[in-house]
Amino acid sequence: MKRVLYLLPLLILFVLGGFFLKGFDLNPRELPSMLTGKPVPEFDLAPIEGRDRGFASTDLLGQVTLVNIFGSWCVACQAEHPFLVRIKKQGLVPIYGIDWREREPGAGARWLERYGDPYTLVGDDPESKAAIAFGVTGAPESFLVDKQGVVRYKHIGPITPEVWDDTLWPLIQELKKQ
Amino acid sequence: MISRLLSALILGAALFSSQPAAAVEPNEILADPALEHRAREVGKALRCVVCQNQAIDDSNSELARDMRILVRERIVAGESDQEIIEYMVSRYGDYVLLDPPFKGTTYVLWFGPALIVLIGVVSVVMFYRRRQDAAPATAGGAQAETVAEEPEATPAPLSAEEKKRLDALMKESGE
Repeated sequence: MKRVLYLLPLLILFVLGGFFLKGFDLNPRELPSMLTGKPVPEFDLAPIEGRDRGFASTDLLGQVTLVNIFGSWCVACQAEHPFLVRIKKQGLVPIYGIDWREREPGAGARWLERYGDPYTLVGDDPESKAAIAFGVTGAPESFLVDKQGVVRYKHIGPITPEVWDDTLWPLIQELKKQ
Repeated sequence: MISRLLSALILGAALFSSQPAAAVEPNEILADPALEHRAREVGKALRCVVCQNQAIDDSNSELARDMRILVRERIVAGESDQEIIEYMVSRYGDYVLLDPPFKGTTYVLWFGPALIVLIGVVSVVMFYRRRQDAAPATAGGAQAETVAEEPEATPAPLSAEEKKRLDALMKESGE
């Protein structure tokens, strides 16, 4: 019994080491979303330059939607953009955009003109009001919202074909059936 | 030499005494000093979520700035400090708090280090007690000289009581 007691420090070391080892694989930037399973936060964003309709939380009700936070300054958004345009062309799911923290007015609109506009509606969020309400830490981030306006999934980073095929599209099909 | 030592001391003192310069910009500051003071208190408790280990008051990041402004807007709108902090936690989770909250999932965090120190202290005390218990028994024995050279090499001779227990154990295992 006492012999076993001597092994205790070694045991503690291994247990702690196990946790630390797992820590290497965790991305400290990927925070668990507080919003999953909760209704979309309320917001009413102004339109971006040159448009007459903004984007409000009530626009999402009654359909399965993808809310995408982007900015013309964000390189990763540019990387995911062609894929979003493809989703729009194939009519798979309506995507709503939150244009986050543009450094100058009109930058977001020009960016969409240049690279294509995959969004049903776009809201301007220059002061991070909606971004903070969504618990966003960086762009791009995407939220899958069901017909009742409840956030079902949060994806951090660009939507890649793999993420779409493995996670988002199966989930969207499931939510559409409900 | 002395002047160099002096400047090192002054630098050291400056490093330890100075608080990190707040990143709060002049145009953000509220006109009412009492409200601004509250905003600073809230700002100190909230983590800048893009820079990981800075309070929003100390961070130059744009999101931290927007969070500071939001804190001030909510203070002006009449919300309590607690309500504002709760709002941020509802958006970003406990992560947004610089001090981890005291609750079930964080007990390990709070008690863990003390527990490990306690285990260490108990083991050290047990170790020395056992050595002390062993010492007087051998010191009086015939092998006192060899014991002095290598105190741990010779175990204490068994007492009559212990011999009886050993015999009983041997018999048990023999059956």
